Formats: sequence, C-alpha cells, structure tokens
Amino acid sequence: MINANLHELGQALAQRQVSSVELTRLFLDRAQRLNPRLNAFVTLDPEASLAQARAADERIDRGQGQALTGIPIALKDIFLTKGWLTTCASKILSNFVAPYDAHVVEKLQAAGAVNLGKTNMDEFAMGSSSETSHYGPVKNPWDCEAVPGGSSGGSAAAVAGRLAPAALGTDTGGSIRQPAALCGISGLKPTYGAVSRYGMVAFASSLDQCGPMAKSAADLALLLTAVAGFDARDATSLERQSEDYGRELERSLAGLRIGLPSEYFGAGLAPDVGRAVQAAIAEYEKLGCRLVEVSLPQTRLSIPAYYVLAPAEASSNLARFDGVRYGYRAPEYTDLRDMYMKTRAQGFGAEVKRRILIGTYVLSHGYYDAYYLQAQKVRRLIALDFAEAFKRCDVIMGPTSPTTAFKLGTKTADPVQMYLNDIYTVPAPLAGIPALSIPCGFGDAHLPVGLQIMGNYFQEARMLNVAHQYQRATDWHVRTPAGFD
Amino acid sequence: MRIAQLARLEISSGEAQQALSQLQAIFALIEELQSVDTQRIEPMSHAQDVSLRLREDRVSEGDQHELFQSVAPQVDAGLYLVPKVVE
Repeated sequence: MINANLHELGQALAQRQVSSVELTRLFLDRAQRLNPRLNAFVTLDPEASLAQARAADERIDRGQGQALTGIPIALKDIFLTKGWLTTCASKILSNFVAPYDAHVVEKLQAAGAVNLGKTNMDEFAMGSSSETSHYGPVKNPWDCEAVPGGSSGGSAAAVAGRLAPAALGTDTGGSIRQPAALCGISGLKPTYGAVSRYGMVAFASSLDQCGPMAKSAADLALLLTAVAGFDARDATSLERQSEDYGRELERSLAGLRIGLPSEYFGAGLAPDVGRAVQAAIAEYEKLGCRLVEVSLPQTRLSIPAYYVLAPAEASSNLARFDGVRYGYRAPEYTDLRDMYMKTRAQGFGAEVKRRILIGTYVLSHGYYDAYYLQAQKVRRLIALDFAEAFKRCDVIMGPTSPTTAFKLGTKTADPVQMYLNDIYTVPAPLAGIPALSIPCGFGDAHLPVGLQIMGNYFQEARMLNVAHQYQRATDWHVRTPAGFD
Repeated sequence: MRIAQLARLEISSGEAQQALSQLQAIFALIEELQSVDTQRIEPMSHAQDVSLRLREDRVSEGDQHELFQSVAPQVDAGLYLVPKVVE
C-alpha cells in the first residue's frame, strides 16, 4: 500500500478494501516512526488528520467519493492550513496558527483529501537544500547524510521515503523540481498563473507557483487537476477553462521533437548525471522521438537575473513580518522601530536576512535601474530564448540539477556555491513556462538523477504524457530507498 | 549598514562584516547582468500579457477581526498594541 499510486489508492478506497482511517493511520504511523530519521515533517496532528479521514469515509459510503477522497496528502509548511501551525520553517512564524486555508488546501479539502501533515523546508522557501529550516535540516532517504534538495525538501523526502503517497510543494527557482530530482521522485511546476497563490506565503510573487510532488507523472496529473484553476482572490491567477491534465497521458510520442539545449550539457554538469540523462534521452529515441539541437543563449544570465529579482520581491514580501499582527515579537525593545529591528533580527535566519539585504539594496535609490530593471529586461530575453526554441521543438529536456545530492553542510559556507546549483531550474520560472522533473537513473553512490522536461506555456498535459510514456518503459520511478521499503 | 536600517534588520558590527563579504560575492555574481545589451528590450514582470482585473465596487468580505486578531502578539479592544514611536 505504501508504494501504491494515487489511482490504486482511490480504487482500493472506493471498493472498500481499505478505509481512509486505515490508510491515514498507515501513513501517520510511518511518519511518526521514520520522521526522526528524515526530519521531513514540522507538524503532525494525528487527531485532526483522522477526523478528516472519518469524514472522507462517510463521504465514500454515501457514494460521493472522488479521485482523491480519503487519500492523505502532505503539505509544505508554506501553505496556510486553518487551525494548524503554519511556520514556513521560520522562527518568526513558529507560533502562527493559520486563520484560513490556502486556495489549494480548500481545493484538496473539497476533493475529500486528508491533510497528512506540514512538511519541512528551507526557511521562507529560500534555499536549494532544506538546510536553512529553523527546525533543522531535512535528510535524503537515499543517504541520510545528504541533503534532499530544497526548498521543498520535506515534501520530497516524505514521498521518497513513502511517509506520504503524495505532497504539495512550491517552486520559485527550482524548489519542486530539484528536490524531486535529488530524491528520485516526480515533481512539476505549472505555468505561472495556473495555480492560485492565495494563502501561500509569498517569497517572490512573480515566480512562485504551487505544484504536485508524487511517485509518477500520472499522480502529478491527478493532483494538478485537483488544485489548478482560476481564483479571483489571486490577482495573478489566469482566467482559463479548467483542464484534465491527465487527458493526454496515453498519447503516442512518435514524431515528438525533443530540444536539447547545448548550454545544459556543458561545463559544470557532473559526468554521472550527464550519463543518466543521456541514457534517458536514448530511451526517448526508442519511443519514436526526434532529437533537435537548440540553444538558450541567455542561460548563464539566468542566475544573476534570478538573484536580483527573487530577493527584491522577497524583501518586499517579508516586510510584513514585524511582530505587530502575527508571529514572533522580540521580548525586549525600546520603541516601535527598535521592536521591528529586533523582531526581524531574531526571527529570521541568516539566508533570509542575506536575501532581504540584497533585495533592499537592488531596489534602493540609485540602484533600481542598474539592477532590478536590468534583471527584468534580461528576464524578457530569457523568455524570448524559449519562444525561439519552441519553434523547432515540442519539449526541451536536460538535467534538473548539475549534481546528485551533496552531503549536508558542504555548501552552506559560500552562498554563491549554493546558488550556482540552480542553473538549470531558474530559467523556467523566469520565463513563466511549466517544467517538471522525473527520475531517470542513479549516479555515483547510488543517488538519484532527475530528467527535466520543459514545455511552452500551458503544455502541462503534453509534458505529463511525455513523462508517463517514459515511466511505462522504465522503472526508475518505482525504486525505493533502502530502509524505507 | 544603511541597507540594514532600510530593511529594519538589526545587525551587529561583527555580523555586518561577515554579511558584507558574503554579499560582495553575490554582487560580483549580479554584475554579470551588465554584460548584455538591453537598450531596446522592454522589462518583463509577468509571463502572460495580462492587466490587473477589476471587479465591481461591492462589499464582499465580512468582519472577521476577532479571528484574525486571535493570532496577534498584543491586542486590546480590537486594536493592535505596539510601543511608542520615538522621534
């Protein structure tokens, strides 16, 4: 049951082979037993989860169950969940009980899914390793001395370790795809605006997107269908017809043109990762695809552009944490300004403070044009690169991460080293295009490797088809880490 | 640091030293942005060419201040309590 996909779980529940209470208990027990090894969860509330499971069972008994009814799903601790602690892995929200549900949480509730618990992450989603959490680092189930990736590391570790059948994460510069790659699971970042950000704590508002993390592309399709769609409460939410993202899963790949950007296969890519990705591409040729060489010339500028835009937006978004209306307040202060200064100095971790300082600087008087405006222009160049490439191919493929999971503590001394990890994942959010990662093999030391698939705007259904057909022909996505099977 | 003041973050001079050297490395990274010519390029803030939606000027939200203030550090009679501003 712990390895079952969402469709199988749905069937078992509908046929009453298992109840939601039994299924939720199964995962809660695993979570409680195995979480000390992974630190994947910040909050588990068995009573609350089981109450939801009981309601789901009643609904199924009434014949009103849907695809996700009764299935426990883990939620990154960046989504507001009414009545539950919502911390963003930060001391400054360590006492914050959310007064309302995020839009995507409401959607999952309406579908009858069960909240399994809140997963650990990099503080305020700023990081690529899940090491900056106030609650301690998350471990990778494939190697408990290695990082799971970030910032959705808790969600990735929970799914990979089979503590949860699926999870929601968020992706701003790669925070769903990179941990999915490092943990050997599947994860997708939708087209910007496809999923509502209402109730999702904002890091960089023009880049953030909620997305599914699970063991297969078919599961991703189910979850994305459940949470996507227009929401008037999110000013950036796009008004479009709702979609069944699984509608094209079984389409043949014959004639599919796969673009391979030369910039993604050059210096900086670890040989073991390159080998696994090349093997995956060869597999796609067997499925009838045609390979096309493309170029994304502005790739090298995507990191500087991202590390101007994201911190700038973050410095604005995190200004609200001041100890007045919610969250941590410093115990001692002289006046209002001092309260702000001390609350924020004590409440935020080092990486968050670094990014707030960078953001404040690049937006400050005299620097705005040279940095923020310039980055916005480079952003358009990056989007134009993709538009040009998609004239000659249907999807773009490459590695998700330049290396496999690195050991805990090995990249924390030099922020720039950590940032350079994001080279393959930051372009997609800058352009606003959808991108996903699926497991495609193992590198040295038996650590998972992820294949990234990028598509043009609104191409999620086709991309999931491309991922699914590969998962029908291979079995990387069903491998389980030792000690978690 | 002036920037720390703007960001309302208290930083000791020791922390400021360490932060500065890390920030300088990040600024060196960001300088690469100047290497490309963007004279005729429009800045991009949103992937889709959309403008802000407008809605009817009708009240749609109710008063939930008790719920929202239940998480506040210090509240009295519907007001948030904060220390004096000293000028």
